[in-house]
Amino acid sequence: MRELPVNTVSLDGVEKHFGAVRALAGVDFAVRAGECVGLVGHNGAGKSTLMHVVAGTLIPDRGRIVIEGEARQAYSVVLAHKLGVRCVFQELSLCPNLTVAENVHVLHPSIAGWRWRKRAGELIRGELEEIFPDHRIAPDAIVGDLPIGKRQMVEVARAFTVTKDPLRLVILDEPTSSLDSHRAGQLLSHVRRVVAAGASCILISHLLGEILEYSDRIMVMRDGLVVASDNATQFDRSKLMTAMGGAAARRMRLAEQIIATPRGTTAVRVRAHPATQSDGIHLVAHEGEIVGLAGLSGHGQTEILLSIFNGATRRVPGISVTDPVALIAGDRQSDGIFPLWSIAKNIGIRSLAALRSGYLLSSELEDRLAERWQKRIKIHTPNMRNNILSLSGGNQQKALFARALGSEAKIVVMDDPMRGVDVNTKLEVYDLIRAEARTGRTFLWYTTEIEELQNCDHVYVFRNGRIVADLPRGELSEELVIQSSFQEGTTP
Amino acid sequence: MNPVSNQSTARIPSAAIRTPGRFLRAALPALSLALVILGIAWLNPRAISYFGLNLMLNLGIPVALATTAQMFVITVNDLDLSIGTFVSFVGCVAATWLRDAPALGAIILFSAICVYATVGAVIYLRSVPSIVVTLGMLFVWQGLAILILPKPGGKAPVWLHDFMNLRTPYVPFPVLTALAIAALVHFGLMRTSYGAILRGSGGNPNAMARAGWSLFKTKVVMFTLAGIFGVLSGLALIGLTTSADANIGKGYTLLSIAGVILGGGEFVGGRVSPVGAVIGALTLTLAGSLLNFMRISPDWQVGAQGAILIVVLAARAVINRAERRLR
Repeated sequence: MRELPVNTVSLDGVEKHFGAVRALAGVDFAVRAGECVGLVGHNGAGKSTLMHVVAGTLIPDRGRIVIEGEARQAYSVVLAHKLGVRCVFQELSLCPNLTVAENVHVLHPSIAGWRWRKRAGELIRGELEEIFPDHRIAPDAIVGDLPIGKRQMVEVARAFTVTKDPLRLVILDEPTSSLDSHRAGQLLSHVRRVVAAGASCILISHLLGEILEYSDRIMVMRDGLVVASDNATQFDRSKLMTAMGGAAARRMRLAEQIIATPRGTTAVRVRAHPATQSDGIHLVAHEGEIVGLAGLSGHGQTEILLSIFNGATRRVPGISVTDPVALIAGDRQSDGIFPLWSIAKNIGIRSLAALRSGYLLSSELEDRLAERWQKRIKIHTPNMRNNILSLSGGNQQKALFARALGSEAKIVVMDDPMRGVDVNTKLEVYDLIRAEARTGRTFLWYTTEIEELQNCDHVYVFRNGRIVADLPRGELSEELVIQSSFQEGTTP
Repeated sequence: MNPVSNQSTARIPSAAIRTPGRFLRAALPALSLALVILGIAWLNPRAISYFGLNLMLNLGIPVALATTAQMFVITVNDLDLSIGTFVSFVGCVAATWLRDAPALGAIILFSAICVYATVGAVIYLRSVPSIVVTLGMLFVWQGLAILILPKPGGKAPVWLHDFMNLRTPYVPFPVLTALAIAALVHFGLMRTSYGAILRGSGGNPNAMARAGWSLFKTKVVMFTLAGIFGVLSGLALIGLTTSADANIGKGYTLLSIAGVILGGGEFVGGRVSPVGAVIGALTLTLAGSLLNFMRISPDWQVGAQGAILIVVLAARAVINRAERRLR
């Protein structure tokens, strides 16, 4: 059977859109039996979306899923499990209120009936012992009581347990993010053993060393497409970085109309020291500067933006802020808009003091502010008193920009504000930000899109809650940003 | 009585991993019940007798059943504001139709349980907050109860009255019933494999959906169970009081929520304890008797229940904080 290179799982032309954002743009992808495929790419390249499609938790808009040579219609989680496709998702998916053994039953409905706990407990204990010898995790421990590293060990081990359905493909999305190097090594050696026994594995990791050392084949994703795929021996660290960042020659175009202000000529508005930073590096932002925060998502950028925002109104250790701060949230649905209010009210909320006449709010002043910004930022609506939800996503985000820029705040912090925004809106907003910076406003801009860093005067790259690179705009290059965000803690 | 005491796993040094906080937290409800009973015994030693306990704990049974119903709903991160008026409604049906036309009465009660299942389905399918839906149902059940019995009256079916006034040997009937309820629900929710799925869908709904479990089904099952225990609560109440009143279960909504929380449950995250919930319900019931023996007016009863709740929750917070510091 195994002489032919059988594709265990293959995808043909899979597309997936989230609103205006194209997460997968026609991906062709195949995993053969008995191989470990490493999957790399920068934030938002579409890795996680692709894995959700393979695991059956996301239905693609277009394309075909073939498993064991058969095109699967009505592919779902249940079918994926039956066919032996397992996924360890990036965000932990154990139930914290259940015990380890009970969580095993969640994945294996067939363990039921008399003494099911004991059987589930023995299954997971056996697997844990095989992967992580001397793990010291009791099957009857409640998952929420375990430290995060042990939770990840349980989740990974659970994915490898077998009851009545075969184990064909295990997807590991950042499986070592909470493991120390000893445990990570144990896990990756186990992956090799499983692959040698004929199963397949997809390994996603931002630790390129792991990918290079433990995969047979490596696929690189960029902008929702697989842009490179070859045997692992054909790649090295710099080749991977180049593939992730596009063509080797593609250095960042520096937008010419901005004349970089030399640092230090204007007053310092923000000085912030990340809580976990052990050396003396500070994040500094001067008047009239656009300062970019880069790095992989979830590495401390949002936290420092929030502490700068808090630092404007109360004392926060390590943060000094001289002027009022306005925040533009990235997750606009949960942190940004007031969904029951009109566009005008959504814009005016940051400027209530200026909209007062006497002791009351003046709706006339509110309308005037809204209309001024409608013209300035081009919010497409017949009436600014319409509900904010009548706007498209991009226009809602514009309203949030109007809220911050219409206020008295001299410092604007932006938490990846262009998530899910179309290109035209982005270009309009970039112009607006530059124009505002020229008038003396300071911007702190966290973005997961490397191209947006072109708009910044100075870029700080974050990794594990610390500033690892401090790049003036002359030195800025895509490779350098990727390199510093992917560098491993241990020297390679 | 410890709800999370575990089967021992000999080969793994589990004691090192499990925290003492977990035991303390689980022991809190039992401790508070013991304190209340000790208080009563100290004030009036004769109350701790077969007849005394029977008298004091009688009315704890319907409260314990309503608390259990509430606990099912809380397990899946919802709240049932209608359980009190539902108990009133069931009481009114039991004191009228169930006595005069048992078949019709049974059909009505069965349909009422189906309505509960539908409420669960609506909450899941339309993703409306349970508070909104059950607040609406609060008025529906209240209205129906008033339509059935505009003024207090009716009479409990004889079999129901006889059952609730059983004289069991040695151990009072309410104590046995409480033990039976706690054991049954503990087994079903905490020990069976589907019970783990039910709790899991409160703990991490996304993970359950990703593993292929139907959240619709778990929600409907939990609301159906709440309906069943609500009916049992109403029946038990009428069996004790012998006649009904459209407002008879009025206090049960808040009492049941307090009982669940007092028993170690949490509003979100599927962390509940059936044994704790029954203990919580009994503690709140006995608090009334304790006040009686202290010669404090019954008007203070609700306040005393609140005080107990605050003390126990404060103790729990202290344990949690100490635990965090130890880590």
